[in-house]
Amino acid sequence: MYQFVTGPLAWLAFIIFFFGLVLRIVLYVRGLDWKLDRVTYSVNVSYGIKGAIRSIIFWIFPFGTRSMRKNPVFTVMVFVFHIGLLITPVFLLAHNVILEEKWGISFWTLPETVSDILTIAVIVSALFLILRRIALPEVRIITNAYDYLLMVISTAPFITGFLAYHQVSGYEFWLILHILSAEVMLVAIPFTKLSHMVLFFLSRGQLGMDYGIKRGGMKGYNLSW
Amino acid sequence: MAEGTLCNRKMINTREALLELLADKSGKLYYEEMNQLDVQTNALAETIRATCKSRIRTWLEICTHCGLCAESCFFYLANNNDPKQVPSYKIQSTLGEIVKRKGNVDNAFMQMTMDTAWAKCTCCNRCGMYCPMGIDMGVMFGYLRGLCFSQGFVPWEMKIGSGMHRIFRAQMDVTVEDWVETCDWMREEWEDDYPGLEIPVDKKGADIIYTVNAREAKHYPEDIAEAAVLFHLAGENWTVPSEGWELTSLAMFAGDWEACKMQVETVYDAMYRLNPKQMVATECGHAYRATVLEGPYWAGLKTGKPPVDSIHYVEWVADALRTGKLKIDPDKKIKEPVTYQDSCNYIRSGGLSDAAREIMSYIAEDFREMTPNREHNFCCGGGGGLNGIGRYRQERNAGLKVKRDQILASGAKLVVSPCHNCWDAIRDLEEVYEDGIRWSFLKPLLLKMVIVPEHLKPAESEAT
Ligand code: HEM
Repeated sequence: MYQFVTGPLAWLAFIIFFFGLVLRIVLYVRGLDWKLDRVTYSVNVSYGIKGAIRSIIFWIFPFGTRSMRKNPVFTVMVFVFHIGLLITPVFLLAHNVILEEKWGISFWTLPETVSDILTIAVIVSALFLILRRIALPEVRIITNAYDYLLMVISTAPFITGFLAYHQVSGYEFWLILHILSAEVMLVAIPFTKLSHMVLFFLSRGQLGMDYGIKRGGMKGYNLSW
Repeated sequence: MAEGTLCNRKMINTREALLELLADKSGKLYYEEMNQLDVQTNALAETIRATCKSRIRTWLEICTHCGLCAESCFFYLANNNDPKQVPSYKIQSTLGEIVKRKGNVDNAFMQMTMDTAWAKCTCCNRCGMYCPMGIDMGVMFGYLRGLCFSQGFVPWEMKIGSGMHRIFRAQMDVTVEDWVETCDWMREEWEDDYPGLEIPVDKKGADIIYTVNAREAKHYPEDIAEAAVLFHLAGENWTVPSEGWELTSLAMFAGDWEACKMQVETVYDAMYRLNPKQMVATECGHAYRATVLEGPYWAGLKTGKPPVDSIHYVEWVADALRTGKLKIDPDKKIKEPVTYQDSCNYIRSGGLSDAAREIMSYIAEDFREMTPNREHNFCCGGGGGLNGIGRYRQERNAGLKVKRDQILASGAKLVVSPCHNCWDAIRDLEEVYEDGIRWSFLKPLLLKMVIVPEHLKPAESEAT
């Protein structure tokens, strides 16, 4: 079982993840239409690029925008959630040990207490985000089961990994569940709105181009996000 | 296949059809007929397939339902944080559903969609600035209006408006003759006070081609005179076109993209014909957006720009004050606290907030910003055509509250409002709430405080 989930299944998951995301990017870009979108993507390019970069940069740093500054707690939680989500798996010691064993490569690694804290942070911030969905009427009305499912898919690898690492009873069981849930997540990313992992940049970039070209950018105005 | 005689999927292309529709006071019969109007689900599906591309599909898909757009929407705030006013909810429950169901929706659904698209969104695009994913729901509502229009589910006044553009190339029944006569009339009325005043029509190769909002021609002709006087005092070499003088686009509010194209092309034709250096657009927000920002795309101009460099009136004024073409009498500057209504369509969507501030620095001693301001400012409450739709008067009036609070908080009782829509909304806001707020375009204010050069003064005043 372990052989299977870490072997062929893992390969399959990574391939689907990678090519799936590439496909999402290609489809997105191919579906852009300068006339329908009313943005001259291939004319006024320098303005477009500038607008796109501004739009991404301001939104990728905490409190870079008025929207985030107005919602400080939420902003912190979303950033904590994502930092844990993205950093932990890549720089986790245990993952790098496996990489080293298999392919002889390894990244810089996190001290284990740090990765432990990050994992807990992911789980706690996820809990916060779930409670927020229930508590706030303006979020509740737009929330559906799919949102919770995605939360489960995103956090399951962390919960199971945490349990496996701390060797609660049934290490083997949690480990396999951990690997499976991570594979589910990888496969889910291109096919669900977790695809925002790349579409965030494309969508933000697109709106940035709109502002950078048509909505004032060519007048030399730098929109304050 | 049921269609009404008035409420149907046909375009208004003849005067007879327009008059018939206008005769139906407040659209009484029109809305009754709308209850019987079938949805052509196949046509809707086909339109979606052809025009709903990756940008909008992605927006609909990746919305993480975080709710940050809620507080960005003045309708949400004005309606006591009603969750049904959350922009994400509004668009997902209308356009989102139509796309998901591939156009397979019924009459009741389309009416609900129409009520949402025109009475719960003014396409002010503010939510797009508050969404982490860069989802601009205002843009989607604009698109949704187009879908509604194509199926005949459009407010009565919007159907009329788009018909006006189709027939008169103006949002009102003002013909080329009416327009040219109005210009002549205004020159005659005002030339005694301003000797040598001209309103040159169709002058080729002028520096400026000036274009207006049909309301000015029809209801506020003195606005044209004021513009002429200010150009005159500034010594501009300017002209107005006989055809292609109208910038506005109720067709854009209606979602009638074909009429949008027809309308802007008359203006662009005037540019080609008269070959001016620059176009100056009157004090109107959506007109600027339609003709200068979106128009090139409707007309298929690959540069994304109108045929000649085009600026908004506030840019011309800021420049005229900066370069001294217009000089302000310091004693006549506005002394009382005064605030500025940032119009969504040329400030948020046009990036012109600096020009507005620059003007205020020349004409006002006690300028008060609203909070928030510039591109973060709230819609006046009447944008997107909402001011003009009788069916949604209640919703519009409720939405005005946010602007009212902003104005009152600024401590100013005078609002400079160089946009017809904002101007109307603030006028109506005063009518509803009676706070003693006054509002004004720039032109009349400038005229009161501008220094008239000696050689342009009338003979009598030289004697006194
Ligand atoms: C570089 C990559 C990523 C970026 C830039 C990014 C960005 C974002 C943004 C902007 C939001 C919206 C937060 C908000 O509403 O304020 C979000 C939400 C979310 N992201 Fe990501 N994300 C990334 C990767 C991921 C990955 C890899 C996952 C999981 C596999 C993920 C899972 C989620 C979830 C579950 C939410 C919803 C949070 C909630 O329920 O409120 N993200 N992300």
